[in-house]
Amino acid sequence: MSAPVLKLDDARATKAAPAAEVVAFRAPKAPSPIAKRARRVFDWAATTLIPPLVVLALLLLFWELICSRPGSALPPPSQVVTDTWELIVDPFYDRGGLDKGLFWHLLASLQRVAVGYAIAVVVGVALGVLVGQSTWAMRGLDPIFQILRTVPPLAWLPLSLAAFRDGQPSAIFVIFITSVWPIIINTAVGIRNIPTDYSNVAKVIRLNGFEYFTKIMIPAAAPYIFTGLRIGVGLSWLAIVAAEMLIGGVGIGFFIWDAWNSSNISDIILALVYVGVVGFILDRIVAFIANAVTRGTATA
Amino acid sequence: MSAQAFLSIQHVDKAFSRGGVTNEVLKDVSLDVHEGEYISIIGHSGCGKSTLLNIVAGLTGVTKGVVFLEGKVVDEPGPDRAVVFQNHSLLPWLTAYENVALAVDKVFAKTKSKAERHEWTMRQIELVNMAHAKDRRPSEISGGMKQRIGIARALAMQPKVLLLDEPFGALDALTRTHLQDQVMQIQAELKNTVLMITHDVDEAVLLSDRIVMMTNGPSARIGEVLSVPLERPRKRLELVSDRTYIAARAAVLKFLYERHRFVEAA
Ligand SMILES: Nc1ncnc2c1ncn2[C@@H]1O[C@H](COP(=O)(O)OP(=O)(O)OP(=O)(O)O)[C@@H](O)[C@H]1O
Ligand SMILES: [Mg+2]
Repeated sequence: MSAPVLKLDDARATKAAPAAEVVAFRAPKAPSPIAKRARRVFDWAATTLIPPLVVLALLLLFWELICSRPGSALPPPSQVVTDTWELIVDPFYDRGGLDKGLFWHLLASLQRVAVGYAIAVVVGVALGVLVGQSTWAMRGLDPIFQILRTVPPLAWLPLSLAAFRDGQPSAIFVIFITSVWPIIINTAVGIRNIPTDYSNVAKVIRLNGFEYFTKIMIPAAAPYIFTGLRIGVGLSWLAIVAAEMLIGGVGIGFFIWDAWNSSNISDIILALVYVGVVGFILDRIVAFIANAVTRGTATA
Repeated sequence: MSAQAFLSIQHVDKAFSRGGVTNEVLKDVSLDVHEGEYISIIGHSGCGKSTLLNIVAGLTGVTKGVVFLEGKVVDEPGPDRAVVFQNHSLLPWLTAYENVALAVDKVFAKTKSKAERHEWTMRQIELVNMAHAKDRRPSEISGGMKQRIGIARALAMQPKVLLLDEPFGALDALTRTHLQDQVMQIQAELKNTVLMITHDVDEAVLLSDRIVMMTNGPSARIGEVLSVPLERPRKRLELVSDRTYIAARAAVLKFLYERHRFVEAA
């Protein structure tokens, strides 16, 4: 056994204390690729999977203990699972009308978010470029943006219902108006922060406006743009649930509101878990795309 | 001042003003450069060397005066005056190859075919000995390698004048020596006209045909121009004891540290 490997084992052992014994046991063998891979999975589990699971288990236990007393207003987790077992095992049922499995509700919400968010991305990046690039556009638009972005998403809903006279486009508009601000602002900051060196390079080789936009501006501002996109997707998921409670129809927000009206607290809790998980996944997806696209740029 | 010179800087003044405060950086700077000449500009930090270079590049406008290149007024940047910037300024999201190719594809869009452009790009990268790292990004290569790619990008444009802003300033002594030799070799081969800013007296004497010494700002001028009549190719080891070399070196040092000592601007 060579010294560097032993040292590596040492480091691992101190990093993941519970795994120390296992690692020491493996050390004498030459690690095969599969063993190495297995160890990496094991390390990953030890550092990123186990701690939250332990905490989650403790929280559930705590919750179970307080809510199991008679007269408790909220059901304990065990009760939630038995109450909602049907919804958990069959998210795909569809009995017509609003009586659908959770999958369909989530899908409807996600579709609205997809449309509203897509519009916000296009408009946000375009306006961000405008504001970031032109001093006059910034002077004129920035104060307005700063005020409008503080308006809470739901405050837009009555206005958009009045304008569109329909729930669906109103919900999409609310998504749009909620997520567009961080995209605009971050894009503008990104564009404004493009080093003069990059634009000087572009000038020396005489890139035209379009080439400058695609080859310098967008890649240079990409890390900032993606920060905005990530904040935006989180906000739009926050907004859709609230908006759907008010506009009705199929959607996870309305599902929660409906459950509240029929006093199905367990259904609400299950829906909240789904909302959280989906929001988390959306955030991860955008972060993943950002990582793939801006690889190398962020460390410039 | 004859209008025939290849590159002619004539009575250039440059002042920056912001909020009513005017900062005179250059005052009455004139210089004629012949084709194929290697000129170094040396002077203390902040005296306006980069400003002068940017004026020749067309990136900065003049307040007064004019710059001619081959009889034509310089009023905008262009690939005939390629710049290697003070801090390499490679685009971090492109690989070394792509950084050079971006310039090649744009400058030779109409005059070379796609295959020719690829070949041309590769040739420039090989010229600076970077073929082995052509697919790496700037963040993955060393400072010296970045600077070499920056030089390759500038050479790739086949500029009439190559403008170098402290190209080796941020490098360690060994890498700098190596790159200086490489640049000398390339220049011997391609006979470029070069305008190079430097802080390094040895570098100036070793590489240049003439050394332009600037006085301290504000209102910096050209204080002295020193010819370096050394044979090429120059060998740094042989020059150490060469009389002309020693004299030239002494003259520059004297100018910088005796007559125009660096005074902290108030
Ligand atoms: N865009 C600008 N606006 C205002 N002042 C400027 C600008 N660019 C340069 N200056 C001023 O001009 C002077 C000369 O700057 P310059 O960058 O040309 O110096 P330099 O000789 O290249 O210095 P160094 O050797 O440190 O690179 C400085 O006092 C600087 O503050
Ligand atoms: Mg400078």
